[in-house]
Formats: sequence, structure tokens, C-alpha cells
Amino acid sequence: MKFQIEDITVYFPYDHIYPEQYAYMIELKRALDAKGHCLLEMPTGTGKTIALLSLITGYALSKPQNPIKLLYCTRTVHEMEKTLAELKMLHNYQLQHLGPAAKILAIGLSSRKNLCINPDVVSAENRDSVDAACRKLTASWVRALAAENPNVHTCDFFEKYERAASGAVLPPGVYTLQDLRAFGKEKGWCPYFLARHMVQFANVVVYSYQYLLDPKVAGIISKEMQRESVVVFDEAHNIDNVCIEALSVSVRRQTLEGASRNLSRISQEIDRFKATDAGRLRAEYNRLVDGLAQRGNLAVSDTWLSNPALPDDILKEAVPGNIRRAEHFLHVLRRLVQYLKGRLDTENVEKESPIGFVASLNTHAGIDQKTLKFCYDRLHSLMLTLEITDTDEFLHIQTICDFATLVGTYFRGFSIIIEPFDERMPHIPDPVLQLCCHDASLAIKPVFERFQSVVITSGTLSPIDLYPRLLNFHPVVSRSFTMSLTRECICPMVLTRGSDQLPVSTKFDMRSDPGVVRNYGKLLLEMVSVVPDGIVCFFVSYSYMDGIISVWNDSGILKDIMQNKLVFIETQDVVETTLALDNYRRACDCGRGAVFFSVARGKVAEGIDFDRHYGRLVIMFGVPFQYTLSNFTDFKS
Amino acid sequence: MSSLRIESGGQALTKAVEASKPAPEKETPSVTTRPEEQLSTAEMELRIKLLRENGELQRLHKQLVIGRVLTEAEFWANRKKLLDTDSRSKSKQRVGFNSVMISDIKPSTDGRTNRVKFNLNREIIFQIFAEKPAVHRAFLNLVPNKMTEMDFWTKYFRAGYLHSTKNTIAAAAEAAEDEELAIFLKQDDIVASEASKKIKQVHPTLDILATEADDYMHLPGHGILHDDSLHVTEQQDELYKRTLAQDLNRHASVVLEGRPIDVELDDARTLAEALAQSKQAYGKADTSKEKLNRIYPTTEIEDLQPPKDLPLAPLCIKDPRDYFDSQQASLLRTSRDTLGGTEPLKCSLSTQDAYGSLRDSISNFKSVGLSIPIVNSEVAAKVFNALTHNISSTKYHMGKNPGGSVLDMLPNSTKEELLHQSTCIQELLKHFWSSYPITTSYLFNKVSRLKDAMSQIYSQLEDMKKSVQSDLRHQVSLLVRPMQQSLIMTCAIVEPLNLHPPSTPRSCTVQSLVVMVCDSL
Repeated sequence: MKFQIEDITVYFPYDHIYPEQYAYMIELKRALDAKGHCLLEMPTGTGKTIALLSLITGYALSKPQNPIKLLYCTRTVHEMEKTLAELKMLHNYQLQHLGPAAKILAIGLSSRKNLCINPDVVSAENRDSVDAACRKLTASWVRALAAENPNVHTCDFFEKYERAASGAVLPPGVYTLQDLRAFGKEKGWCPYFLARHMVQFANVVVYSYQYLLDPKVAGIISKEMQRESVVVFDEAHNIDNVCIEALSVSVRRQTLEGASRNLSRISQEIDRFKATDAGRLRAEYNRLVDGLAQRGNLAVSDTWLSNPALPDDILKEAVPGNIRRAEHFLHVLRRLVQYLKGRLDTENVEKESPIGFVASLNTHAGIDQKTLKFCYDRLHSLMLTLEITDTDEFLHIQTICDFATLVGTYFRGFSIIIEPFDERMPHIPDPVLQLCCHDASLAIKPVFERFQSVVITSGTLSPIDLYPRLLNFHPVVSRSFTMSLTRECICPMVLTRGSDQLPVSTKFDMRSDPGVVRNYGKLLLEMVSVVPDGIVCFFVSYSYMDGIISVWNDSGILKDIMQNKLVFIETQDVVETTLALDNYRRACDCGRGAVFFSVARGKVAEGIDFDRHYGRLVIMFGVPFQYTLSNFTDFKS
Repeated sequence: MSSLRIESGGQALTKAVEASKPAPEKETPSVTTRPEEQLSTAEMELRIKLLRENGELQRLHKQLVIGRVLTEAEFWANRKKLLDTDSRSKSKQRVGFNSVMISDIKPSTDGRTNRVKFNLNREIIFQIFAEKPAVHRAFLNLVPNKMTEMDFWTKYFRAGYLHSTKNTIAAAAEAAEDEELAIFLKQDDIVASEASKKIKQVHPTLDILATEADDYMHLPGHGILHDDSLHVTEQQDELYKRTLAQDLNRHASVVLEGRPIDVELDDARTLAEALAQSKQAYGKADTSKEKLNRIYPTTEIEDLQPPKDLPLAPLCIKDPRDYFDSQQASLLRTSRDTLGGTEPLKCSLSTQDAYGSLRDSISNFKSVGLSIPIVNSEVAAKVFNALTHNISSTKYHMGKNPGGSVLDMLPNSTKEELLHQSTCIQELLKHFWSSYPITTSYLFNKVSRLKDAMSQIYSQLEDMKKSVQSDLRHQVSLLVRPMQQSLIMTCAIVEPLNLHPPSTPRSCTVQSLVVMVCDSL
């Protein structure tokens, strides 16, 4: 249907609309008109996403002289796909009514692993090895070499894309990741670089939070976005955690060992270059003297993860003299790694402020704060100079340099915590040094400053006045909407006793009690025999779930459950879990019915919908409380 | 009053029918076609096949169509769904796998020695092959060239035992010594490679893997260590560790996929070969499949849109009566515990209240009319439940033993006869009510034919009541009564129609029908 909100014509791809969706759009429009930020809470399942998309695209269509760009951030890739599918439906509807005038370009953006179509590259095991494999074929020096030597491999898709130059554009439309891959295959162009290029021109970009919030990624992807953009953070109830995580680094023994290996490898490379191409190292030195930490315009395929510090906090000055020479820089890093190793050998939990840490680092290892701050840039420059392509091997030293840069840059809002072991397993030594950010407003500040409107929305944002304080911003609109129901849709129930009147609980001292486990099993058994379609069960942790399922298996309860429904389980293996989920849906679709065992706050619990027949019943075995005894949460509160 | 009239009419009719007895019974069902309706042979065959598969339908067809009560077309008009060739061709139904896990196969011991004995049958072997393709491959490679079938399965269960001890170190040690045993102990590499293929076909809105591939925030060493035990702890001897969760997921997915082939083979070797062949064929057909072929209506808001069909697996029930009766009996058993048996519905309304509510609803009718008959959903559900519960429970509660049906007490022939008559009446009534309003002479003819058939059945029921043994007579008459009542009621409506010649067809609205029914009560 089509309707007016003041001067805006909204195209809504359904025949009906929930009243709260309409109210949501009105409030959103107020915020857009005021060019300010807003906080909107509306329950899950009321069609937030489509309301947002309809209004914002309608807004852009109604004001073509100054069209706004939409940057839509989701937590996960599957939510990104869902958003794009909804946008596609909306766009088709708009095209039906407005014709070609409604044409927009909307793309989803993800990593190489999700977008690459070169079979040799994408078959690599994980994200980092795909990135490295891509770099091996597309780095500027590799391509330069290939121009002279036909035996050097390059990526056909990237070469074709480069050759098409400015002709390589996506025609208007809505592109999911799948569509981008299909388009890339058809044209023979690399979809990843094409998408990254098109981000600047697209009307709607859907990507993950980190592409705006994590400076390491945002520095590459979201550098050149216009101010006239609306940024939406969907499902943003955990946005403070994302902001905090974006600026936190942790160092373990394995990291330090890996870093040491990386350093010796770099040292070998330096020696090799000295012997064969000393001029290159000299040129780098000269550039650093001139004050250019970054090499200016890098080829698009040369960029690697960006500086971990926020753009405003990066110094635009010459790299200090003591780390300009590659060998000197290596010495500094060796001393840093050595110092961190010493700090990890502790028997007590230690907490320290960054100022104290930097001071002690200066006295013990002779590395001053400014040097620390430049660690990232210096490493980056060195890796480019040494033409290192297998970046996935160098993640450890990268972590150390990120740590150094952050600890050298920020004094407030951070703390350093060293723990000798995991508190729940005190007999296993597993020391870890964490640089924790506990000011969520730091990472999101540039977003609020750069963009005209930032919309923070979710199904649960309560208390809603907490978020402006956590994130330190002033919303022009802050509203909560309630769901309008025509009938009772859910029937919540708390069970405290089993059928034999024994109390049931997942309290730690009770949860493995055979009576409790049996009662939980009986409860599920009764439910699977009467509830149609899909049932989802959430447990408090993987270990508890594994334990209870094996008891059920031994006592035959599981066998009885399987007589009624198929059983699928979330495991820590992501591939296995994804397939289990897919099969679960299939079983619900075909009428067979299934139970899905999942872990609260696990991977599945984040953004997978169990709507309609995919979740006729949800059982939570226990309430997942945050583990409040850890040092980090202690510090935060 | 009305019942009397029918009975007399009925008797007269029975005589007439008896005079022209139906043709001698044939074993194969026949489809009688009238010259005006041309059926293709395919349709014809389909109908014959349907009748052959469904005994109840066949009996009904024989009685009504061959007995000239209904025409062939009229009979099938109510069953268009059955004739839908598209849905039929898809609904080829195979028996699936057992829902029990293979690991639940428990050995038997003789109690004296340390020997255990596993009983393997074709079914179990087939399931093992389907769930563990590596075992399947090993079987094809090893048996009978390298080892006997007996040795093969002994090794297999030896490996199963090692798994159950959860001692991965011992398992690793044994596997190092015995190459063949290692096959059973290792992770199934075929399953793993299948998984990496299947993951590409997972719907993107479920793909958690893609999220992990996009997450630069949690590069090793970045982000905050999660303060719960969610992070993966590295395990040793990963190669020989197989978790229950993996087994369960694998089992469920195999059961869901169903049986790739129909097997009637006794020999494990031929079974293994047949499975391998079907897999090859499947693999070839499957390669062209793209990721988005399966469409979920995930993105659309159901409430705001018309409903869509889900890819349901059609359930083909051979004998509906058997299936639903057993379901119903178990349901009643549980509902009886909560409802306390056939408690009569409480309706304690004073005359005044009843009168008042009746007046209200009449005035409501007057103002709104009958066009939108919206009943309060709660009231509707209550009435519906009370009625259906009553209907289904009487059949069972009249029996002496709880849960057993009163029908089970009757002699088999009587029971069959009763049930048949009941379905027959249902069929006739269905046709009868669908003929209203009677606007054409064709419908008039049909109704009078139906009426004749009904009065015939009525008298048959009467006969049956008389013929049963005296101790069962009461039960039978209780069962027969509702059937006869429904017949009486419909015939009461037909009766006045007889007064009007077919040349001036009379249209009968629902309201006037309701009035007539009320009168006859």
C-alpha cells in the first residue's frame, strides 16, 4: 500500500500495516527531519526492518534533490541477507508503482571469504587464509611481477575487473551476497572489489557493525561516506559490547610465541632484501623521515587491516627516529614481546591503568609512549616494503602491534588486566593479558560525529535512557513502542517443580542432580508428544547441554523423544551447527517436526529466527545469567 | 411424526430395490462411465487404482455408483484432491528409517562368558551404511576380499565399544595398531566432505559460518575473552573423538532425508552395492543445484500477507480408520485424566437468562442481519470442543473396558457393517447438502435419488438392530440412533419437495431449511 506521512510518500509492500509500524515511521521521520540521532524500541516480530526500509527509501525518493544514503548495520551476515531480501521485495514494489524512477542501488558487503568467486582462493580454510590467498594473487607487486613473468599467477577475476576500470559498475538493483557473486561470475569481475568500489555510490549499503565501529575495518571500507547518510544499527541492544570489543586486545602465551616466530621471519626477510634489493629499505627509511607513515594512495588490493585506533586519535606526524630503520623497529618489538612474556608470568590477578603500564614498560624495556603509538603504522609500512602476502601468518605480531598502538594512544576508558588462569579452572595455567576498553562511547563517537542521523533500534532497549549515557549522545527522538496483538500469542510459564513434585532448577549445585535431569527430560518428552512442528530448547552452556543430553541418552529418554521428533543439536563446530539448523528447518517445513537443542547466548541464539512453525514451543532450561565473577565484568560495574 | 412417514416409505422402497438386485459382485473394482462423460484411459486407470488401494472407498463406490444412487462424476466430484495427478505422483511414500539410533543397538549376553552377541538385520545394516558412508565404503572395499563379513562387523562393534568408553587415548592406540579398526574410529571423512558441499546450499539467512567469515573484530587476540565457557577449548586426539551431538545430528539428517532406495535385498553385499549405485545417480543429478533453489518465506510477514504453501511431505494413510482411531484413543486416554471422563457440559441457565440472551441475539440479527455471522471466538472454540469431545468419547466410554471401543465388543461382521453404513450415510449427506439450493431439475432428480437411497439404508439399519443378539442390542441401537436421526432429519426436508413438480424448481434458502429442521425436531 501507499500512504503519506506529511510530505513523504511511503510505499509499503503489504496490504496491511501494524499500527506500531506506522507510529515507528512517524517518529523516525521526525528524527530524519531534525537531522539528529534517535533511539527506537519496538518488539521483535512487528516488522521493524521493513518499516525502517520503507520510510528511509521513501524519504530518499521524495527528496531527490538531496538524496540520503542508508548505511544499514546488522550483527550477522544472515541478518544482512534477510534485510536485503526484504529490501528487494520493497524495491520491486516501488518499481511496480513508480517505474524506473524508483531505481536504486543497494548492496551487501562482506569479507572475501563470503564474496570471492575464484575457486582456488575461496577453497581456503578460513577467513584469514582466504584474505592471504587473495593478496598473493592481487597485491600490486605480484601483479607487477606477473606483467614480466607469465609464470606468476594472478586472479583472472581481479585482472578483468581492473581492466574494465571505470566501466566496472553495478547496474541499479538490490544485490545480496549471492547476487553479487552471480553478477561477478557472469561478467568475470571480482565481486569483492567491485562491491567495495560501489559502496561509495550505492544508495543503500548493508553490512556488519564492525565496518563502521571497528577502526581496523572501518578505516578501509567506510572512509569515504557522505555526511548525508542515515546509519541504522539494527538489533542494537548489545551495541555497547560491540563498541567495547572493537577496541580491546588480549595477549596469550600462544600470541607471544607466534609473534616471536613472526619477528624472526621478518628479520630473515630484511636480510634477504638487504642482499638483493637494499634500495627498497632505504627508500622506506627516506619516506619515514619525510613523515609519511602511510604510503598515501595504496592500491586497493594492498590494503590490510587498518589502524586499530580511531581516526581522530592517529597522529599525522613523522615516525619517531628510533624505529625508522627496520632493524631498530624489530629490536623494539622483541623487547616488547619479552616484556609482555615477563608480565604474563604472574601468579596473581593484576589490574593496572594504561598510564602505569606504559610507565613501567618505559623503565623496564625502554619503549616510550610515542614509539608504542606508531607500532601499527610502522609494522604496516614494513610489511608492504617487504612485500609480505601471507598476512594470515602474521596475525600474532599484528595483535602485538595493535595492542601497543592502543595502549600508547588511550589513557582513559581502558584498563589492563592480567589473569594467570581461568577462574573456573584454576589448576590449568592459561595466563592472559587483556587491554579492555570499558567506555563504549569511544568507538561510536566518530559515527555520531560523521553522520547526519544515527538510528539505534532493537526489540529490547530497556532501560531506554541507559543508551544515551552509555554511548554518550543526545537523541532527538527516543521512543518505545508496544506490540498490538489481536489475540494472545504466547503463553509464558515458569516451571519450578517436575511431575514428581521435586523442585527443578539449574542452580549450579542442583543442576546435575539426577532427579532434576530426569524431570527436565520428562518435561521435554511430554512436550514433544503434544506440540506440533518445531520445539527449541535453550541450555545455559555447552557443557551443561552435553552433560544432560548424554544422561538422557543413557536413560533412554532421548530415544523416546526421537520417537516423536527428530533431534538436532548446536555444537561448537559452526559448519555442523549450520547444517543442523538447515535440517531442523527442513524437518519443520515438511511436517516431520523436530527439536533443536541450543545454547543461550551461543551462535544460534544470535539472530536466527525461530518464528512460526519453526518454534511452536521454546523451553529454557535455566536462566542464563552473565558470569558475574569474572574480573572484566567486575571492573566494568 | 416424520419418522413414521419415512418408515412406511422406506419399506416400500426396499421392496422395489430388492426386486432389482445389484449385479453379481466382481473382484476387481470397475468404473462405470456414462456415455456423455469421456474419460481418458489414464484417468480411468487412476480411479481404478485408487479404488483398489482404498477398500473403504471401493465399497462405497460399489454401493453408490454401481447401485445407481450417484453417477460416476458425482461420486468423484467430492474427491478432486485424490484425482489430482500432480500431488499423487509426488506422494510416492517410502518407509523411512527407524528413529532409533544405531548406537542404541544393545548386545545380548549369555551371562556366563564375556561374550556379547549383536543381532544385525538387513534394516540395521542399511541404516549403518546410510549414516556412516565411510563404513559403507570400507565394506565395499574389504568384504569379502580382505575379510569376512563376520570379521567386519566384529571390528565395527569393537570400535563402537571403544567409543563408548570415551577413552580417546586407548582408541588412538588401538587404531595405530589396526588399520581397519582405524577406519571405524576415525571421523567420517565422507560425511565431512559432504558437509562442506551441503553448506553451500544452506539458505543464506541461516548461514552462521558466513558471519564467522565476516568477523574481523574477533581476529585472534582481538575483542574481549568471553566470560563464559563458550569459547572452544582445543581437544587432543580430535581425530578419534566423536561426540554424541555429532551422532545425533547425523542420524536425524539421515532419517529426514529418508531412504534413497527401496530395498528388498537380504544380502549385505548387494545392499551395499545398491546403495552405492543410487548415491552415484543422486550425486550426478545434484551437482547442478544452486544455493537458492529452496525458498523460504522468511522475509515476509505472514500476518500481513495471504498464506503460502510449505513444502510439506504428504502423508499417505492406507487405512484412515485404523490411523485416526488409534490416535484418538490415545488422545482420549490422556484427556480423560484431565477432564474426568464424559462430564456433561455445564449449562445452568435460568429460563430468564436464556430468554434474555435469545432476545439479544435476535435483535442483533435484526440490526446486523445474518450476513456476517461472527461468533465470539472463545465461545465458538468452547462449543466446538464440547461437541467434538462428546462425539469422540461416547464411542469409547460406552465400552466396558476403558480405552476399548464399544465397537470392539460387537461381532466383526456387525462392526464392519455399521462402520460401512455410517460412511455411506456421510457420503450421501454430503451430496445431499451440496445439492442445495435445488434450482435445476437435475439436482431435483439427484436429491430424490439420494432420498431413496437413504430410506433404504434406514430400513437396513432397522433390520440390523433386530438381527443382533439381545445382549448387544442396546449398544447397537445406541450407535444406530444418531445415524437414523440424521436420516430422518434430511428426509423431513425432502418430503415437502415432493409436492412440487420438478418443472417449477423451488429454491430453498438456508434460513428456511433451518426452520424446517427446527420444526422436525
